[in-house]
Amino acid sequence: MRAAVVTFPGSNCDRDMAVALEEVSGIPAIRVWHGDAELPERLDFIALPGGFSYGDYLRCGSMAARSPIMRAVIAAAERGVPVLGVCNGFQVLTESGLLPGALMRNAQLTFTCRTVPLVVENNQSLFTSGYDAGQVIGLPVAHHDGNYFADSETLDRLEGEGRVAFRYGEEVNGSQRSIAGVLNEAGNVLGMMPHPERAIEAAHGNRDGRALFEAALKDLVGA
Amino acid sequence: MKVRVSVSLKPGVLDPQGRAVHHALEGLGFAGVENVRVGRLIELDVADDTSDEALDDMCRKLLANMVIENFRIEKLPETVGAA
Repeated sequence: MRAAVVTFPGSNCDRDMAVALEEVSGIPAIRVWHGDAELPERLDFIALPGGFSYGDYLRCGSMAARSPIMRAVIAAAERGVPVLGVCNGFQVLTESGLLPGALMRNAQLTFTCRTVPLVVENNQSLFTSGYDAGQVIGLPVAHHDGNYFADSETLDRLEGEGRVAFRYGEEVNGSQRSIAGVLNEAGNVLGMMPHPERAIEAAHGNRDGRALFEAALKDLVGA
Repeated sequence: MKVRVSVSLKPGVLDPQGRAVHHALEGLGFAGVENVRVGRLIELDVADDTSDEALDDMCRKLLANMVIENFRIEKLPETVGAA
């Protein structure tokens, strides 16, 4: 398996993401810098980590979405390579057009940092097949701009196509229809505000995020 | 050529920041404020032959997020005799 973690200037969860990928797969993740024009060859998995890329200048994720490496990430996503964007990575995915909608300032205006309940809405995706449909898990969130917005037509389409992967089990940030994570049409791109990579081992106090990596990587290990 | 781009949230998109500013204005005793929306102002200094299409493209591709925002482009008159 060959997994890559992209680091932008201001990413701060890139190491956590790399550790999670290695912890679950046993294979070190390849670290990629935002200024690289190309991704390593034959990648099986790409992760865009959390953080504050480019200091959140203009809009969260807007500058990172237009950095050189993102052209390669978009091309890989279109070829079907699984792409996981967490927190700032989710913002980068919406800004780049790989996922619909936008992530706005939290409705309560405060930075929110706590473990929140999440309902697994779709357990048929390559990222969520390790959970039961309707299962409630807990994952940490840590963001100021996680308020998911899309027009009602788009929201209806996402719900109708089973593309809402996770929904918050309580009010967190004002997101439309409590959406915490969405999939692209093909199901190989997932963006989510909560941090599965911060809940994979006993020392985290919570291992609910581990099943996401186990599901996403299970067919890749040994490949 | 100086160009001013005003980026504002689309009507219907909730603006919690504007709401907080609204409350703060009321807290300061300003009565009669009906609504507040917070936007962004971007000033560009571009080559004189920059086309309207190029300016429009800059807004759509980067300066505004078309999912939630609208933009307005304003070309500013050059100040005659400015240093």
